[in-house]
Amino acid sequence: MSDNNRLGVFKTYKLYVGGKFPRSESGRVYEVSDSKGQWLANAPQSSRKDARDAVVAARKAFGGWSGATAYNRGQVLYRVAEMLEGRRDQFVREVAASEGLSKSKAAAAVDTAIDRWVWYAGWTDKIGQISGGANPVAGPFFNLSTPEPTGVVAVLAPQKSSFLGLVSVIAPVIATGNTAVVVASADAPLPALSLGEVLATSDVPGGVVNILSGVTAELAAPLAAHQDVNAIDLTGADAALAKELEIAAADNLKRVLRPGPAHADGAADSADWSASPDTHRLTAFLETKTVWHPTGALGAAGSSY
Amino acid sequence: MASAFEYAPAPESRAVVDIAPSYGLFIDGEFAEAADGKVFKTLSPSSEEVLSEVARAGAADVDRAVKAARKAFEKWSALPGSERAKYLFRIARIIQERSRELAVLETLDNGKPIKETRDADLPLVAAHFFYYAGWADKLDHAGYGANPRPLGVAGQVIPWNFPLLMLAWKIAPALATGNTVVLKPAETTPLSALFFADICRQAGLPKGVVNILTGYGDAGEALVTHPDVNKVAFTGSTAVGKAIARSVAGTDKKVTLELGGKGANIVFDDAPIDQAVEGIVTGIFFNQGQVCCAGSRLLIQESVQDEVLDALKRRLSTLRLGDPLDKNTDIGAINSAEQLARITSLVETGEAEGAERWSAPCELPSSGYWFAPTLFTNVTQAHTVARDEIFGPVLSVLSFRTPDEAVAKANNSQYGLSAGIWTEKGSRILAVANKLRAGVVWANTFNKFDPTSPFGGYKESGYGREGGRHGLEAYLDVR
Repeated sequence: MSDNNRLGVFKTYKLYVGGKFPRSESGRVYEVSDSKGQWLANAPQSSRKDARDAVVAARKAFGGWSGATAYNRGQVLYRVAEMLEGRRDQFVREVAASEGLSKSKAAAAVDTAIDRWVWYAGWTDKIGQISGGANPVAGPFFNLSTPEPTGVVAVLAPQKSSFLGLVSVIAPVIATGNTAVVVASADAPLPALSLGEVLATSDVPGGVVNILSGVTAELAAPLAAHQDVNAIDLTGADAALAKELEIAAADNLKRVLRPGPAHADGAADSADWSASPDTHRLTAFLETKTVWHPTGALGAAGSSY
Repeated sequence: MASAFEYAPAPESRAVVDIAPSYGLFIDGEFAEAADGKVFKTLSPSSEEVLSEVARAGAADVDRAVKAARKAFEKWSALPGSERAKYLFRIARIIQERSRELAVLETLDNGKPIKETRDADLPLVAAHFFYYAGWADKLDHAGYGANPRPLGVAGQVIPWNFPLLMLAWKIAPALATGNTVVLKPAETTPLSALFFADICRQAGLPKGVVNILTGYGDAGEALVTHPDVNKVAFTGSTAVGKAIARSVAGTDKKVTLELGGKGANIVFDDAPIDQAVEGIVTGIFFNQGQVCCAGSRLLIQESVQDEVLDALKRRLSTLRLGDPLDKNTDIGAINSAEQLARITSLVETGEAEGAERWSAPCELPSSGYWFAPTLFTNVTQAHTVARDEIFGPVLSVLSFRTPDEAVAKANNSQYGLSAGIWTEKGSRILAVANKLRAGVVWANTFNKFDPTSPFGGYKESGYGREGGRHGLEAYLDVR
């Protein structure tokens, strides 16, 4: 990344929590290398305390974000895509280095990821129309079901797809008004930490997305057991860890999105993130609220029409 | 009340129902004894009279029933939806034809007033089968993608508060979507499920599609943990719901849980007081308060607190408690001695913690399990009676000053199943309904149900929805 005689400027990667960029409170970092073992950067190794701080930030942001209009949330998500487009080359470099992809394959992954933000940006004001409904109850009642965000969602990002996979699990969570605490891919956290910088400049309110890097199991355990976390996406957990976390999540009946099938080597999620998504990642973190109200009996005598 | 207002007894006849002295388990279309021959008795909670003796299922019976359901699944799921629909329509019609018999049976076995089984439970049971019958051949249009597939064998465990209605909520969508079921009714109310087995026979339902296992919690546990069960549906306590959520961890089983609640019923100062009082009564004293979505926390705006409480106490004094088969009875028996003990103990805790108890003046029958409609005032949010689900005719009254305070107090609960709002101001209804973290919000009404309307909770009230289009998802492979 440096030209002939110029010494490059390395980047200090930091967490993204509550709209700020802290180092881990533990003071720990760990070495992140590329697919050939070359040192790329020192990433913060978040602690359980960082995870809890992130939950506090996500809870604080939930009221404002879930209360924003769907139109507003859609524009904010679209703004993320705009910012990503401007930083496309940076992400292509980071993804190529992190995942060991050729430049063209990394570029394809980044382009798909940007398009995915755009796709989810368009869902914010439509999900209520397709997953809610007016219920024709047998009686004089107005009866309406609407989806609402579940709350604070812990997201274990895919381990292998460091950016496209990451975007594919974050965007649906926040599109519907939830706030997220994201645990980045343990081995390839750099694109996630850079995404934090994009979110910070995209009108996404601080705390809506919080990004932690470190050892997935170490961070996932306190999140799965946390009484103020409402849901957990286990995508980045292997089968054994996912089972352990699902058991912990039962303690306050968190909504659980189980991981897809494992890779042949047992690693988590063999999902093809380049495939077109459906709505299940949106609906997994929604509650349905049904409101009843009497309608009275105007025209009951037969004169209504 | 003055004697001029006494009612003559108006009992519904027991002759319409013929309860056999003993029943077996319903597996693969046949009634059979439990493998180990165990039985238990079911009582009438209003008289403690033994109604019948039923087989007590064990793990071996669960295994046999799951095998029967698995075998039946192949053909049942392959049946055109239009054919499955016709079976469900038949069941709905037979339930209507036999509704008087079933209402009396349910009242005898459960202890709830005939007025409720006749006018609420049974019509809703039939309506659920009608509603889901119509979905069976329209699943491609339900919004879960083209050609959504059933999951397989559904293991279903239901509670004793609405035995036949909970059966309908579970079985109707399961069958409509092409699943087969093994259902375990509660140990204190096994009879209506066994009568339902006979309805399946009359409808000509293929063997093994519906299996009924009467038994205790051990049978329920064996059922939900059975490795060949693909879908678990449970309605009951939050503690058991959490145990089930743990037990399915790491499996492919899909789960829906309908658990406890501590519903807030919020009365604003501009509410129509008389209607609100009726709604409060419906909210907490319907089915002796043994309702998961009961409005058990009454939040009254301070300026009308005295007026509402006076009217409420006056109204409660007119409720008639007694023989559940009497058509004029409002308050029936508590379902079991165990439940009565739990209610009594929580009420004692309430008194010990300093809340002020008031119980409606009524004479309790000398046999059976009874508890007079009761309310607590001087309740704070920290009190046990404001936090724990009592599942009985006990109301905790709190007050508030501003809408924000009402919302904060209403949401201050581990539960999030139901809530009520009473006000004449439309914008306030919408604003408050929007902020309540509860799956069902009744505004200027309470405890209304309909098969087209999704029902289920936020937070520790469980996950998934039953009823309506949403209720189909629980039984379809939509991930």
